[in-house]
Amino acid sequence: MFGLDKKDTSLLALVAILTLAAPFILNPFPTNSGLAQFNAGYPDLMQRFVIFGIFAIGFNILFGLTGYLSFGHAAFLGIGSYSAVWMFKLLSMNIIPAIILSVLISGIFAVVIGYISLRRTGIYFSILTLAFAQMSFALAYSVLTPLTNGETGLQLTLEDPRVLGQSATADGSIPVTNLFGAEMRSSFDMVVGPWSFTFSVGYYVCAIAMLLAFYLAIRIFRSPFGMMLRAIKSNQTRMNYTGLNPKPYTLAAFVISGMYAGLAGGLLASMDPLAGAERMQWTASGEVVLMTILGGAGTLIGPVLGAGMIKYFENIFSKINDNVLHGWFSFMPDGLEDLVVTIIHPFVGKGWHLTLGIIFMLVVIFLPGGLVEGGQRIAKAFRGKKADDNKSASTEPAE
Amino acid sequence: MDAFLLQTLNGLDKGSAYALIALGLTLIFGTLGVVNFAHGALFMIGAFCSVTLQRILNLSYETVDPSKTDFLGNPLKVKTPYVESWFGPETGGAIIEWSVPLAIIFAIPVMLAIGFSMERGLIKHFYKRPHADQILVTFGLAIVLQEIIKYYYGANPIQTPAPEALSGVAQLAEGIVYPVWRIVYFFFAIAIIGAVFAFLQFTTFGMVVRAGMADRETVGLLGIDIDKRFTLMFGLAASVAGLAGVMYGPINAPNYHMGMDFLVLSFVVVVVGGMGSLPGAVLAGFLLGILESFASMKEVITLIPGINQIIIYLVAIVILLTRPRGLMGRKGVME
Repeated sequence: MFGLDKKDTSLLALVAILTLAAPFILNPFPTNSGLAQFNAGYPDLMQRFVIFGIFAIGFNILFGLTGYLSFGHAAFLGIGSYSAVWMFKLLSMNIIPAIILSVLISGIFAVVIGYISLRRTGIYFSILTLAFAQMSFALAYSVLTPLTNGETGLQLTLEDPRVLGQSATADGSIPVTNLFGAEMRSSFDMVVGPWSFTFSVGYYVCAIAMLLAFYLAIRIFRSPFGMMLRAIKSNQTRMNYTGLNPKPYTLAAFVISGMYAGLAGGLLASMDPLAGAERMQWTASGEVVLMTILGGAGTLIGPVLGAGMIKYFENIFSKINDNVLHGWFSFMPDGLEDLVVTIIHPFVGKGWHLTLGIIFMLVVIFLPGGLVEGGQRIAKAFRGKKADDNKSASTEPAE
Repeated sequence: MDAFLLQTLNGLDKGSAYALIALGLTLIFGTLGVVNFAHGALFMIGAFCSVTLQRILNLSYETVDPSKTDFLGNPLKVKTPYVESWFGPETGGAIIEWSVPLAIIFAIPVMLAIGFSMERGLIKHFYKRPHADQILVTFGLAIVLQEIIKYYYGANPIQTPAPEALSGVAQLAEGIVYPVWRIVYFFFAIAIIGAVFAFLQFTTFGMVVRAGMADRETVGLLGIDIDKRFTLMFGLAASVAGLAGVMYGPINAPNYHMGMDFLVLSFVVVVVGGMGSLPGAVLAGFLLGILESFASMKEVITLIPGINQIIIYLVAIVILLTRPRGLMGRKGVME
């Protein structure tokens, strides 16, 4: 189906079902129960899941396939956000032109930055992309203030022209982003017994964008072009000797992943129309690297998993405080309860970064293939030795 | 002319921090071949060594002074640091005041220990893995170290003042005043850099290390346990970063993310200097420091707005594209 083989079709179908049913799946606990804080099914967070999923899928096309580790991808995310907000300011509040512009502009930037950075490989490439991203960040923060509104961030105002829309709504407030009239902010609550599920327009717009992005990524992975990118990762010298020039392929991959980042930035701005320079800082680039590696670089589903996991941690883990912990361990004797809470305390709440750092290190050390590899290993252990025999029969190409 | 001199001083001062961190990074890269993204975290831990020492020295007990009363009319509680009660108020007070320079002595063993355990416990397993993996695992380590510091010391910057005698400003020439501590920092950096170079150049140990940097296998074949020496070099590099952090405290109050702020810049410095070249790292450190401070002169900013923010990255991009090995990189190292 859609030009995919059976395995990929089922993967795509699985992802589609999971994303479309996410408001149910992520809200497994009744609203008033003690575990309700683990519910991730509110629109704001679900939007983040899929938007950063897009960002990570795009990053994976570059890093997972070609092996070029870019430490400056957040620049494209920021550029995308700025372009989208400008479109909201100048043209209309419809998100379609905004997203088209953000993808285009970040694509143009990616061509320029990629063309220069890709002249070098390895760590030099990482440093070059890092330098470009830091330059964009510094400029957006200082000199380009007329374009980016510096420290405050670019926001919508009532004075914006909005040629095709209106500057202000009838009651004098700033209009909201919409897709041909369907407002991103509007949502529908469904109450089933103690559960409550929220379906928001914004989330479904993002989810469909992600499914399209994911589909495109599968097609790229399975295409001859994707094959070329893998060839670059495994042995660039050999590719050169075969008479192929890797440059156009890497540049294309870089631009595609830059445009994915631009799309993610545009969507971020569409959900919440403001853009700040901190979105471009190198730590933000580091975050997408974390997501991709955590999930599994070079795999299709990995980056989405990683993005979901990090965003879940960021929003849910950080909410666990001492009171909650005491609630969980109240069945223990008092002394023991306090001890357990004291031990866990540094890793949750404000300390969720620590947990993330530790998990990330463990993944890099023991599971270079990320969560996906972990899943495969577990699956293999269940299937027994049979799968193992097949693996050893296939030979690795000689270096 | 005055402005020119002042900017040169500023540049040397900024450059000395860059040079010290880049020196440590290059030591690690040149010896172990590891790209250490946790180096900024080591710098930060160094700065927090002086915070810790300051806190230890300020441990005090309370006594009640019945002759005085506080504003509520209760007898006044007087806090006396233990150091003051042991050495008398004068010596004790001086010790507390000089806590930053004293922290140098405190930081060396701490940083050596951290360096050794890092190399033996983690980095050792990453020699054979690709550079990307090394970057990623040390990046993770940097996050972990940073969060641990944040957990124990909080997110706010903590002041570590310089001793009275070394704070304030000095009159260098007619019309040129400059903070004393920054001058101290510059000479301190020069001393450390000189010591590291002398150690590598004039001791047998240093000779073996240099030989190992040039050709690790041959040195191994000669029956020398090069790994052990390289571990020591990692400890040394960690101490250099740590000392740079200790002395940086009075210039900028230590906070938990100061390492990350410096990391990117110091990597740029290393790459500009040439991966694996120690003189290159030092040269590039000072060069970029001076360039940066000249770019932030008013005349330059009005000419090219925003140049002070991006000059370092701009220079790095130009150098990387025109001189693939950096300023002083050796042939065959990471090309």
